[in-house]
Amino acid sequence: MNAAILSSPIIGESPDAKDFLLSVEALTVSFDGFKAVNDVSFYVDPNEIRVIIGPNGAGKTTVLDLICGRTKASAGSIKFKGQELTKISESAIVQAGVGRKFQTPSIYDDLTVFENLEISFPRGRTVWGALTFKRDAEVRDRIHEVATMIFLKDQLKERAEFLSHGQKQWLEIGMLLIQDPELLMLDEPVAGMSVGERIKTAELLNQIIVGRSVLVIEHDMKFVEDIAHRVTVLHQGKVLSEGSMERVKNDPKVIEVYLGH
Amino acid sequence: MTSPVQTLSKSLTVNDNPFMKPMEWVSLALLAAFILIVLPATLDAFRLNLVGKYLTYAFVALGLVMCWGYAGILSLGQGVFFGLGGYCMAMYLKLEASSVENTKIQSTPGIPDFMDWNQITELPLMWKPFQSLPLTLILVVAVPVFFAFVIGFAMFTRRVGGTYFAIITQAIAAILTILIVGQQGYTGGINGITDLRTLHGWDIRTDSAKFILYFLNGGLLIGCILAAQYVKKAKLGRILLAMRDKEDRVRFSGYSVAGFKVFAFCLAAGFAAIGGAMFTLQVGFMSPSFVGIVPSIEMVIYAAVGGRLSLFGAVWGTLLVNWAKTTFSESFPELWLFGLGALFIAVVLAFPNGLAGIYRSYVEPRLTRKVKALAPVGAPVPHGTPAE
Repeated sequence: MNAAILSSPIIGESPDAKDFLLSVEALTVSFDGFKAVNDVSFYVDPNEIRVIIGPNGAGKTTVLDLICGRTKASAGSIKFKGQELTKISESAIVQAGVGRKFQTPSIYDDLTVFENLEISFPRGRTVWGALTFKRDAEVRDRIHEVATMIFLKDQLKERAEFLSHGQKQWLEIGMLLIQDPELLMLDEPVAGMSVGERIKTAELLNQIIVGRSVLVIEHDMKFVEDIAHRVTVLHQGKVLSEGSMERVKNDPKVIEVYLGH
Repeated sequence: MTSPVQTLSKSLTVNDNPFMKPMEWVSLALLAAFILIVLPATLDAFRLNLVGKYLTYAFVALGLVMCWGYAGILSLGQGVFFGLGGYCMAMYLKLEASSVENTKIQSTPGIPDFMDWNQITELPLMWKPFQSLPLTLILVVAVPVFFAFVIGFAMFTRRVGGTYFAIITQAIAAILTILIVGQQGYTGGINGITDLRTLHGWDIRTDSAKFILYFLNGGLLIGCILAAQYVKKAKLGRILLAMRDKEDRVRFSGYSVAGFKVFAFCLAAGFAAIGGAMFTLQVGFMSPSFVGIVPSIEMVIYAAVGGRLSLFGAVWGTLLVNWAKTTFSESFPELWLFGLGALFIAVVLAFPNGLAGIYRSYVEPRLTRKVKALAPVGAPVPHGTPAE
């Protein structure tokens, strides 16, 4: 249905009205009968920052797992630029243009910051490609560019395990940036960060949004208000509310289950 | 960060990923000199042949460094690939030794003696390719690598890993041993393939042939070290390390993790196979006792003692453990296996990175300090990584 050619520049509420970057429809996953995600539908526009909030166990991380292929859906569809993602492998999903950051910083401790970024460079992803990969000027320049963006240009030669928690989070964001995904999914990017790091991260997110969409899970309401274009509230595996932060904040259902306490 | 550091880091980026670091070249030179000059100059023909036999295990240890140390895939069945390589070579040599003149007392002349004893009257199909030397040389590596590919593909695409994979490889080693022993008419059974004489007409039993084979073996080993070093230095080596650490992150960076695991496993199998073939040539026979569980685990111990992240360490570890084995098992034959077990436990508990780890954390820093102290005061000493 999103293949409808009625694409219009005006952001409409009706899903049929335009081409979405990502359309999640009737997505359901059940683990031994327990529906962790139950009939969830939402749509993400190009260049949108969408934040998913919700209490613990609402199924937020599971939704990201489903989109990136880590968990297989029981029912429903996930379309990215018209391509069905539920049927293809994780690496094919990445190559289609979806990047995923994990909740705990997931970087390679034994490698340097430079090498961490280099592995994510989108070239030489086959066995043969990796064997013959050349660290040429293009790779170096891109790594330096991204390292500057993520505030790590002086740490390029350092082993990643020596970075602070916040720097590790940035490094992982950097590893995704170098992949240049059209959809970037971040799972609690500011969890455990100091106030200063949080401000820098918000700044970083606003910078990298250009030319891509971002799907963020976050609990920090202040941070959500700073970055979100739209917010989707999940509760017990279902979409409870969706819209601008202003609207969601004043939704009595949301206040009751999530924001109230 | 001060500006001198920045300039230094900039100058280092010019060649920040050399094929080998200076210290590694030194290690290679030391190892090559030891194997190719010191040992041949000091040992008699019998002992040198014995070292040559040990060095064939070093191929397996080298493969384990890549497969276990780097990629994190513990295989307890490397004897399978060592054995397959060795058997492929032995089949060729056996056919050459079973010419019609040599076997005219048999009821079917021209086939290996054990086939004749088992009432086989025609050369089985699987033996036919081994009548040709070029084909044999290809099959020595191709058969084990293909077998590794089948196992690896079946396991890794189903995401079988860790302990489960180790147990399965061990089971395969046991199965293959039973198969070889059971199919006596085709494989020579428990005795293996014995009485090997010539390689394309060249008698391999003479001292001079053994001397030449020793050098061929040493040369091949160094060739394999260089090949492993190439893989290690390529982006592929870093992907293997990354995969061992955070498999999911690699997968979600767009790599097919299974493919890289299959590669590492096949590489290890290929190295083991070359070792097996050289074993057959130098020792003059191949038997199922080099295929099973015990030799496979011993090979893991060689790599562990040497250091599972060090290519050179693996070779030194193999030499050391085998030297100890020969020495101690001559004096205390019953105690040796306990000693080997204790050694493995000690390595795992006390020095997980083996000899190479001890060298790196105790010897190298001191050497570097000495070198620094000797160097003129003004000369900058490049520092890549911060001291740990």
